[in-house]
Amino acid sequence: MDFRLSEEHEMVRQMVHEFSAKEIRPIIKDYDRRHEYPMELLPKMAELGILGICIPVRYGGAGMDYISLGIVSEELEWADASVRETIAVHVALNSLALLQWGTEEQKQKYLVPQAKGEKIACYGLTEPGAGSDVAGMSSRARREGDVYILNGEKMWITLADVADHFLVFAKTDPEKRHRGITAFIVERSFPGVTTGTIHGKLGVHASNTGWISFDDTPVPVENRLGEEGEGFKIAMSALDNARYTVAAGAAGSIRAALEASVAYANTRTAFGQKIGQFQLVQQMIAKMAVNLDIARLLYYRVGWMKNMGIRNTRETSMAKLFATEAAFQAAVDAVQIHGAYGYSDEYDVERFMRNTKGAVIYEGTTQIHEVLQAQYALGYRRDKPLRRELPAYDPDYWQSEE
Amino acid sequence: MNILVPVKQVPDTAELPKIDPSEVVSGNIKATQILNPWDEYAVEEALRIKESKGGKVTAISFGPAGATEGVKRAIAMGADAAVMISDDAFANSDALGTAKLIAAAAKKLGEFDLIITGKAAVDGDSQVVPVALGRTLGLPVVTYVAKIRELSEGSITVERLLEDGREIVTVPLPAVISVVKEINEPRYPTFMGIRKATRAKIPVWGAADLGIEASEVGEAGAAVKWTNLRKPPAREVKCEIIEGETVEEKVKILVDRLIAEKVI
Repeated sequence: MDFRLSEEHEMVRQMVHEFSAKEIRPIIKDYDRRHEYPMELLPKMAELGILGICIPVRYGGAGMDYISLGIVSEELEWADASVRETIAVHVALNSLALLQWGTEEQKQKYLVPQAKGEKIACYGLTEPGAGSDVAGMSSRARREGDVYILNGEKMWITLADVADHFLVFAKTDPEKRHRGITAFIVERSFPGVTTGTIHGKLGVHASNTGWISFDDTPVPVENRLGEEGEGFKIAMSALDNARYTVAAGAAGSIRAALEASVAYANTRTAFGQKIGQFQLVQQMIAKMAVNLDIARLLYYRVGWMKNMGIRNTRETSMAKLFATEAAFQAAVDAVQIHGAYGYSDEYDVERFMRNTKGAVIYEGTTQIHEVLQAQYALGYRRDKPLRRELPAYDPDYWQSEE
Repeated sequence: MNILVPVKQVPDTAELPKIDPSEVVSGNIKATQILNPWDEYAVEEALRIKESKGGKVTAISFGPAGATEGVKRAIAMGADAAVMISDDAFANSDALGTAKLIAAAAKKLGEFDLIITGKAAVDGDSQVVPVALGRTLGLPVVTYVAKIRELSEGSITVERLLEDGREIVTVPLPAVISVVKEINEPRYPTFMGIRKATRAKIPVWGAADLGIEASEVGEAGAAVKWTNLRKPPAREVKCEIIEGETVEEKVKILVDRLIAEKVI
């Protein structure tokens, strides 16, 4: 067992870290205050290949492995969770779903421009009335000749206003619950598609979150992803990939909170000494340091399992559950260590706190994951093989041009 | 255009203040190793020339055998090849010794048109190596280059950035130039470059390969010896807040103080 990152992974980390430090950190606080999405970062990330990091070169991607996807997520979120959210939806929820379930035509038409960053992608599952209860969704799609007519509203969708391509889930058979859901690739240009921004979020202000409405939107049959009734499985498999980026990102948040706390504790004096000398401050820092390592080890394991082509729903859920809760706790403690200054947006820690609270809600609430983990442990749940699995990482296939 | 870029692997600048002098003396420095920041500008300029005029960029690095982060970074950015110079006999070379080693490697690599170096290495900061390199090779040297105005088969015209202005200099090729950060904005490595760098076969040349006598370089050949290496004393900083009724009043008091302290 080798717990070290390979030389290649170390270089990936260094490169993305530099990008985060030089391009994201200096601007993100301002965007966060203005509740504005940093569009200027998209072409930069596209040029570096970040928007297609683990997509094969033949489909326009950078040809790196799934561990690299985790490392990218950690380093981007170290600067701000809003930017990592773009990767979670564009790469993990949408592009990897196309890689796993798409036809060759769909991959050429949608995956290639997405991997190159020429088109931006997002994922429409959640609705105003259905979040955790995915099968309770109201969106409908009825077949009429060679199109499906799509109606419904999706809410809390990251990149709703920015994306060109949406992966949308709707019921083709409303009588059924899970088995009545089908997945569709929808373009913004299709008739009846409107989007709007959701304001007033507690955190991730620099992330674009909105609603998407479909009013008798015709979706060509060739844009159906997978088979009718397969949508729920597709949605869940996509979440396995996004939850992984969220877990890795949360490690980045823990690290940012820890670094800020250590710097402050070594600077601020009270009662004649640096506050880092006080044991109750040390207790909070110890927790952050320990949780950072645990969070990292959990997501590295998931990255390795994905590389090996081993089903990892349980391990991904575990990594997401642990890391996001630990990240929120680390951020809350970081604010505490900063005292009154932590309560002001002059310092970054209040932003970490607001951002990390979102992560324990989205991509499966903490409660959903706790139920999942118990079901696995109690033997109530066993993962059955899927018709299409996320392909194991094969460097030759990923890196060759055709 | 065949371009050589000598690069140095140095401790991360952010970690430099934490390094103890004893680590420097023993050579066992506990810090993350990175490509010398000034050398990144050199690599970038070489890559830009290659992109516009064609050719090859080769990175050369002198250091302990495993110190390949610098050259690998250069390859990841787009350099075509790299070579390491390493031998126990070379340890503790001074700037002139370093220059002799790089010169030997350059000669061994064959014909070249241009050598581009960074202004200095952030650890030693002597700024001597580029000049010594040029002199050893018998080539013209132009330092503090902030812009390449013209580059043709036989000559190069550059702008030097000096304290009181810019100087335009033309020299015949081959030549050695050292660059400052005003010259460009270094690119990030690409993922393809990272893959190439980790798989690259980087030859390591020792004393025998370079045809160098141990007495010319290393500790034996050093004309400059560091006899006393210590950290500067911590500065006692006194902070005085200027008080006043209005901003204008505070500014007036501040200006008076600056004049009195002979700052302005």
